[in-house]
Amino acid sequence: MSFAVFAFYLFAVIAVVAGAFVVFARNPVHSVLWLILAFLSAGGLFVLLGAEFVAMLMLIVYVGAVAVLFLFVVMMLDVDFAELKSGMARYLPVGLLIAVVLLVQLGFAFGGWQVDETAMSLRAAVTPDPAEVSNTVALGNLLYTKYVFLFEAAGLVLLVAMIGAIVLTHRRRAGVKRQDVISQMYRDPATAVDLLDIKPGQGA
Amino acid sequence: MDGFFDTGLGIFVIILAQCLLVTVLILVSLAFLMYADRKIWAAVQIRRGPNVVGPWGLMQSFADFLKYIVKEVVVPSGADKFVFFMAPMISFITSLIVWAVVPFGDGWVISDLNVGILFIFAISSLEVYGVIMGGWASNSKYPFLGSLRSAAQMISYEVSIGLIIVGVLISTGSLNLSQIVRAQDGDFGFFSWYWLPHLPMVFLFFISALAETNRPPFDLPEAESELVAGYQVEYSSTPFLLFMIGELMAVVFMCALMSILFFGGWLSPIPGLPDGLFWMVLKMGFFFFIFSMVKAIVPRYRYDQLMRIGWKFFLPFSLAWVVIVGLMAHYGWFWGAYQRWAIGG
Amino acid sequence: MLGQDLSVIAPELVLALYAMGALMWGAYAGRDASRMILWVSTGVLVAVGLWVGVHAGGTQTAFDGSFVSDGYARFAKVMVLFGAAATLALSADFLSRNELMKFEYPVLIVLATVGMLIMVSAADLIVLYLGLELQSLALYVVAAFRRDSLRSTEAGLKYFVLGALSSGLLLYGASLTYGFSGTTMFAGIAMVAGGGEPMSVGLVFGLVFLIAGMAFKISAVPFHMWTPDVYEGSPTPVTAFFSTAPKVAAAAMLARVLFDAFGNAVADWQQVLALLSLFSMFLGSFAAIGQTNIKRLMAYSSIGHMGYALLGLAAGTQEGAQSLLIYLAIYVTMNVGVFAFILNMRRDGQQVTDIASLGLYSRVDPARAAALAVLMFSLAGIPPLVGFFGKFYVLKAAVDAGLVWLAVAGVVASVIGAYYYLRIVYLMYFGQEVEPLDGRMPSIHWGLLGASALAMVLGIINLFGVESLAASAAATLVQ
Repeated sequence: MSFAVFAFYLFAVIAVVAGAFVVFARNPVHSVLWLILAFLSAGGLFVLLGAEFVAMLMLIVYVGAVAVLFLFVVMMLDVDFAELKSGMARYLPVGLLIAVVLLVQLGFAFGGWQVDETAMSLRAAVTPDPAEVSNTVALGNLLYTKYVFLFEAAGLVLLVAMIGAIVLTHRRRAGVKRQDVISQMYRDPATAVDLLDIKPGQGA
Repeated sequence: MDGFFDTGLGIFVIILAQCLLVTVLILVSLAFLMYADRKIWAAVQIRRGPNVVGPWGLMQSFADFLKYIVKEVVVPSGADKFVFFMAPMISFITSLIVWAVVPFGDGWVISDLNVGILFIFAISSLEVYGVIMGGWASNSKYPFLGSLRSAAQMISYEVSIGLIIVGVLISTGSLNLSQIVRAQDGDFGFFSWYWLPHLPMVFLFFISALAETNRPPFDLPEAESELVAGYQVEYSSTPFLLFMIGELMAVVFMCALMSILFFGGWLSPIPGLPDGLFWMVLKMGFFFFIFSMVKAIVPRYRYDQLMRIGWKFFLPFSLAWVVIVGLMAHYGWFWGAYQRWAIGG
Repeated sequence: MLGQDLSVIAPELVLALYAMGALMWGAYAGRDASRMILWVSTGVLVAVGLWVGVHAGGTQTAFDGSFVSDGYARFAKVMVLFGAAATLALSADFLSRNELMKFEYPVLIVLATVGMLIMVSAADLIVLYLGLELQSLALYVVAAFRRDSLRSTEAGLKYFVLGALSSGLLLYGASLTYGFSGTTMFAGIAMVAGGGEPMSVGLVFGLVFLIAGMAFKISAVPFHMWTPDVYEGSPTPVTAFFSTAPKVAAAAMLARVLFDAFGNAVADWQQVLALLSLFSMFLGSFAAIGQTNIKRLMAYSSIGHMGYALLGLAAGTQEGAQSLLIYLAIYVTMNVGVFAFILNMRRDGQQVTDIASLGLYSRVDPARAAALAVLMFSLAGIPPLVGFFGKFYVLKAAVDAGLVWLAVAGVVASVIGAYYYLRIVYLMYFGQEVEPLDGRMPSIHWGLLGASALAMVLGIINLFGVESLAASAAATLVQ
């Protein structure tokens, strides 16, 4: 067994086990931590595929940003998981039924996998030869030339998300004192301080 | 023996040995850096600093180390034990792992990753977890608030650090740290490094690095007057030591990053003198000195001020800089100072 | 190369840049500029609509064929842009009345419109998804725009959760389609899907999931559950917007996918669409009968109307595509008018949505009552109003394509559906007298209501030429 195969099984098993624990962990914070472990293993699998750029992005975006947000939310909200799970027993049969149906359907779909020759050639047409360029360079080249429209459109989607978050949460509270840095810097003793000579017993 | 080191096992042994070497060297030097930190701080305040253990107090850090190790580990009641002990380990290990991609000299690097910078980012984004988990697992309000603050701070400044680095990456055309250093090799020694073309970003990077590593004047998570000691309140003995080493190691790492990105890594400042490890260590030492001086001199910021600088000043400025560098690199303005990929990358 | 690509996406580009500019404008000028931004946005939408409308130039593609601007796309875009502009113009009064006048509203509407323009021009699954997501995300936000109202937030949340689910279905279908065809480009999929032999099972799965995801967006039964609640809970101008432009865009996108990517496999999707259409028509008719809230009623009405639109699509012919476009154009015109009326159903300054409040409305304002009556007759599809012609074209297309049973079902559903439209007319003229509604109506609302009603009457002469335009547009879609 070569090292790569060993690493693959290591990451794959960790990913699956961690995924199972995400669902079964009693404490929601533990669930998120397992999820992070699953993300890490997925990143490892990407490295094994030779997609080091995607692997690193996986860590930076999912582990570094998304999971932190999850963690914040789960820690701050007092989610009562026992209560949430109480309905589970009731809906379990229906859920299982749907799951089984989906599984069977997936079985059909993959059972009927025919590798169409046209499909294979179409798939290969986009990818540059991995021997010639490293995948970061290749991704950059595609992203900013062929897929630049998609790239920008994705940016617009994120802009909308940002506007939405601000519109729906930002409140302008009355009576909040805000710091005005410039005016603070331009204050000087001549205008800001008033020296008074108060005689004893005459203070207000 | 030649044959053995070509086999898979042999290569594994070599890498292991390299890792051990780097780890041990860094940990030992940390002991003295800690000592230096305290001495510098003391000198600024006209004190003598540690001076009892060993000659000139040089053994002080080792004494502290022993003390940390032999003291009792106190676990707060109601703490989530597993997470509680995972947190300092994550903090320690992640700050150790990043050294794998740091080139100390030409070719003197454990793993010369093509995506070295991204690797650093990925790992440093993990560092946040040590803080959050530690604060949460302590099952106490002060650590929890401290950890939230700290995490928010680290994430905020990670964004601007990222954008600052993008400028350097555009100039170099590579994500590989060794390539970044090689691209700074020029006829003018000191003046061909990136600090000159990327001058504004050097300051931004330094300040962001302070914030990212929770160093003063941005050590708000452990603002003693408000939060006792932030996420570390409940930690004692070895776990606390791990947190502390992790934090200090992150600081030293930022010094290394600063030297590599803007100050030519292992390159010699004077044309003609040989390049090498010596220069890298010297530069790191210099930046550590500056870190210590800042700690001694600058008063602490308020939390909202910190966030204001991060989001309202650093972020727009570094974002604009990326665009500017992109233009200058594309059109080769300023004698190609921003267009180094033709030379090194 | 890039310059030429940019010229093809020029309308989207202009709108996107305008939206960003307006955002900066609003952010720096503050709340006071909101009203101004809203009217400028309306103007920009109309201007772009006119520009797209008069701009000929055949079929152009951009970005390696992933974006296409043909007659079909332009026809749909004009409808989307005018629909969005009309509903935006309608919303000004409501927004300032309810202290919702924020500059983000027009910006979000414009960005949603950009998403819709991208949707109808998509010739690639990724472009399609991004357009859809751009549109949906903006819609989720505007649905919850009245954030102090529990119903509005609930509407936004419901829409968001179910919308995310449908996007998941769509993506699932898209990835299956990609897996079995090796490309996300419609042209490539068409090559694999129409290779002579029957489509592989995986591709059929992908197609079905794609249709399911898109059926959610046009709220076709059985993916309609969100519609009544979202329509009822959202602020009324948002409801007006929901029932016009996004419906057009989603239906046009569905037709684009079916004809461009799976045009050689009509038999594979015809039954699916026929069933969707059948269920939608009947549910829209039956469920609307018991409604007392006019916004919920319009929700069921839109479900029913989408059923008829799908009827044209189910035909799977060029004639079907043409009838779809005609139907959508008529539907949008009618809805703009109806919502111009609904927005002014107020008593003592309070918005009312109860249908019973229209009792003997003809005595309060005979002109408005007459206009609404015309629109209701038209929505019911009663000859000789224009609404009838919309139904006529889709039914004819279905019959010509051999779907006689479906056409018969459509006629039956239409007769049932006529009941609740006519009930409103009945209430207005012969109902019980109730405390009268407020009389004032902004001139722009009156104008749109009157124009819409007038179009339903005058259009019977030649449908304003929409028929031939739609025919040439459909010709570019179905080759």
